[in-house]
Amino acid sequence: MDLGQGVLAGDPLAISRAITAAENGTPEGRRILEHIAPKIGNARRIGVTGPPGVGKSTAVDALTKVLRDRGERVGVIAVDPTSPFTGGALLGDRIRMNRMADDPGVFMRSMATRGAAGGLSRATQDAADLLDASGCQAVLIETVGVGQSEIEIARATDAVLVLLSPESGDGIQAMKSGLMEIADIIVINKADRPGSDKIEYEIRAAMELGLKSRRNTPILMTEAFRAKGIPELAGELDRFLGERRKDGRFAERRRENMKLRLRAIAEYMVHRELWGRDDAGERLAKAADSVLNRSMSSYAAAEKLVTEALK
Amino acid sequence: MTDAEFKRVLRDWETAAAKAAKEQRSRFPVTLVPGEKILYTHEDLKDFDPDRDLGVPGRYPFTRGPYENMYHGKLWTMRMFAGFGTARDTNQRFKYLLEHGQTGLSTAFDMPTLMGYDSDHARSKGEVGREGVAICTLQNMETLFGGIPLDQVSTSMTINCTASIALAMYLAVADEQKVPYSRLRGTMQNDMLKEYIAQKEWIFPPEPSMRVIVDMMEFCADHVPKFNTISISGYHIREAGSTSVQELAYTLKDGLTYVDYGIKRGIPVDKFAPRLSFFFNSHMNFFEEIAKFRAARRIWARHLKEHYGAKNPESWRLRFHTQTAGCSLSAQQPENNIVRTAIEALAAVLGGTQSLHTNSMDEALALPTEPAVKIALRTQQILAHECGLVDVIDPLAGSYFIEDLTNRMERECEAIFTSIDDMGGMVPAIERGYPQREIAKAASQFQRDLEEKRYIFVGVNDHVEKDEKPLPILKIDPRVERDQVAEVRKFKEKRDNGAAKRKLEAIVAAAKNNTNMMPPIIEAVKARATLGEICDVLRKEFGEWREPPIYW
Amino acid sequence: MKAKKPAKAVKAATTRGPRKIRVLVAKPGLDGHDRGAKVVAAALRDAGFEVIYTGLHQTCENIVNAALQEDVDAVCVSILSGAHMTILPEIHGLMKKKGMNDVLLCGGGIIPDDDAKELNGQGVGRLFGPGADTRDIIKYLNETIPKLRKR
Repeated sequence: MDLGQGVLAGDPLAISRAITAAENGTPEGRRILEHIAPKIGNARRIGVTGPPGVGKSTAVDALTKVLRDRGERVGVIAVDPTSPFTGGALLGDRIRMNRMADDPGVFMRSMATRGAAGGLSRATQDAADLLDASGCQAVLIETVGVGQSEIEIARATDAVLVLLSPESGDGIQAMKSGLMEIADIIVINKADRPGSDKIEYEIRAAMELGLKSRRNTPILMTEAFRAKGIPELAGELDRFLGERRKDGRFAERRRENMKLRLRAIAEYMVHRELWGRDDAGERLAKAADSVLNRSMSSYAAAEKLVTEALK
Repeated sequence: MTDAEFKRVLRDWETAAAKAAKEQRSRFPVTLVPGEKILYTHEDLKDFDPDRDLGVPGRYPFTRGPYENMYHGKLWTMRMFAGFGTARDTNQRFKYLLEHGQTGLSTAFDMPTLMGYDSDHARSKGEVGREGVAICTLQNMETLFGGIPLDQVSTSMTINCTASIALAMYLAVADEQKVPYSRLRGTMQNDMLKEYIAQKEWIFPPEPSMRVIVDMMEFCADHVPKFNTISISGYHIREAGSTSVQELAYTLKDGLTYVDYGIKRGIPVDKFAPRLSFFFNSHMNFFEEIAKFRAARRIWARHLKEHYGAKNPESWRLRFHTQTAGCSLSAQQPENNIVRTAIEALAAVLGGTQSLHTNSMDEALALPTEPAVKIALRTQQILAHECGLVDVIDPLAGSYFIEDLTNRMERECEAIFTSIDDMGGMVPAIERGYPQREIAKAASQFQRDLEEKRYIFVGVNDHVEKDEKPLPILKIDPRVERDQVAEVRKFKEKRDNGAAKRKLEAIVAAAKNNTNMMPPIIEAVKARATLGEICDVLRKEFGEWREPPIYW
Repeated sequence: MKAKKPAKAVKAATTRGPRKIRVLVAKPGLDGHDRGAKVVAAALRDAGFEVIYTGLHQTCENIVNAALQEDVDAVCVSILSGAHMTILPEIHGLMKKKGMNDVLLCGGGIIPDDDAKELNGQGVGRLFGPGADTRDIIKYLNETIPKLRKR
């Protein structure tokens, strides 16, 4: 089966295998990405992040249902960290979302970060492209909002939802971790629990003190488990994106995102050329020797490696 | 001898003992032992206060037992869990066990019944009558207890999220037998908190489940006073892989949580607490298990009296049923399991259990065959009659090791209570996956200990025999599912659908109005609504639970 | 727990983009005993696999659809309820129907030897019983998957 054609036709087996090919960086993967390139761009890409335990999976599940009820095709990518010690990963987001598995209008994929420094692997965006090209009108990307990954998610999407809950501790903590800076919409989930008013108040107070550009970030209250507040969330997203499409910010963000992405891909390519080949270790060892036995400077040796790799 | 002199004696002993030590022992994977301590002396009980910490049996703090005369007054109930196939099959097994000396009935239900699906539901396919008896209609319950007078037996039902419906059916059968509710004795397991933590049989999320449980507590306190409304369970927590301390702490914390909710409902603590009972596991680390049971009684008594201010000593008194550990049994060389079960049963008796189920040797593989279950029952009978076990109450009290271990278990347990309180209590802890994650970690650690032979499991990772001949095991006849499905269909055809539907609506109304749901459930059952139908209307009302995506 | 040196594993993961083995661990039916499934999932993760865990109470359809979307190399099903002679053939049939012919179906739980043999005869992979060593499971997957998977 021609996977590129299969992806454009929306065939789930093709999409699935195409994502694998892209993730593994194979020549076939590249071919498929070339093939689908003209069809990318229709899907809205929404990031969903927040500390563990706030109910992201439940919210994504509920939001997907709302979008499905409108007749949209939805792609969901759930990203979890690869263990730095073992190289393996436990991808458990389907636990809360697997009822979607039977809906042909939803495609869900779990992806591990595979050591990506920023928390989102290069392949996550490739997967989003594939889902986009296959006909999804919305692609939801769920990540755990700790550490560096928040910035990444903002730069890979058209909008970021940051989820918090009354139990996710101090609203101020969330502020400190950088989540506020990237949130386009703040969602306080489990709003039926005690403390939801308190956390809303803390966030608004902190926003007053923070970046001017973020002061008007909408804050929504939801109970994702009962789907309460989720249609309103979908509406708010529509409003957010609609506004930005009109005033050019949507396109501008996409351009900035793409610049960053191209940098990442270019650097990945160079990196692969330099260190990905089988003889990389050998060449590096030889170069090191030539510096240590004084036949050339370290800069000259490095330059030699680069020119040879990029030939 | 002075303290200083004794210390010298001890040091001297330590040196001599260390010299002779050669072999690397198998270490049971427990949390408490680490300690290379191999000898306990009076030094370890320096702060021990027998009045405060020990007492006498039947008196606060109940460390030595819940009743004054323990097995002298009444031997523990030999209650063997049974249930499989159709109601007719189980009814036969019940009668077999009663004839052979069993003194209480304990019912196992099949997965569809436990999960709220009728036998003819798509999700029930392949699972009807497999892990227990299929009960979805009142007719099934009538057959199950056919010829068994309910006022003469004590019945335990191992059922949780559908417990309210099973109880309603049992009460309907009592009505048919003209037995007043006040004479019914038994236990409903009905412990949803441990389901979310360990056994994983659920329908609704925690809050609505708690509501249904408190409805049952309230109803039984008024109408079925001899029924234990919750069997707060640690057995499954342990089976899921927890350590003994985790089993102790999560179980007791669950119990205290039910007390909280009962009090919040407005039921006076002394009205419902006496009917809370417990269900523990008895695993292979012999002494630790005994200490666990003793610590459990003391911890519960202390909390009920001092924290909740209960005045009735029956509220302070923790009573429990024990089952020997299923997860300690091997599929390999299953005859060895007879020995394991005997040791675990011994620990339970020395720990003062009120009722006991001993596993059959083939239970690692399937539901037990009749010959195997008979040996398990005989094990209890031998313990009761042949070894002088019941001559003296709490014979291990005063042992330096046992008392120290009991104290340490209590301390560790309180520490876990504090972490759970910091999360806002057991329900929030469950929602964020805390006990589930801890158990998964403990289970993984045990597996590693096993694979790296830090723990020797005879016949499994050592003393292995190649080419073992397989034991004959119980196979469920596929006709069971066919027959049951046919019966359920016929049952639904023969009834007044309008009446059943109206009674189902009444249940939903009670759910919405926050009135006690037991009376409408009983009515619905009598109007021949099925278990699955009742659960379906409640699924719509309360929603369905899925596990939090936890990582371990 | 022993830990591999981080640098080596990370490097291996990013520079050559090696093919990771992806496995779906599934709990079908109403059986709620997930101790084994979780222990195996963690062990596979510790051996460098990417493990997708579906959670409990999945239907056979759910499981196969998830396996397809996740493009897994193996579907490992855990069944302790006795319903294996219904469930495993159903999953196997669905996998074949969806063209997942190079995906391994294996599993574990309480499955008597004679039933296991019959299932093996139908094309189901190895079934691991109580007392199985996770190292054997890992070895089995590492050896069998490359043979099946030609891509």
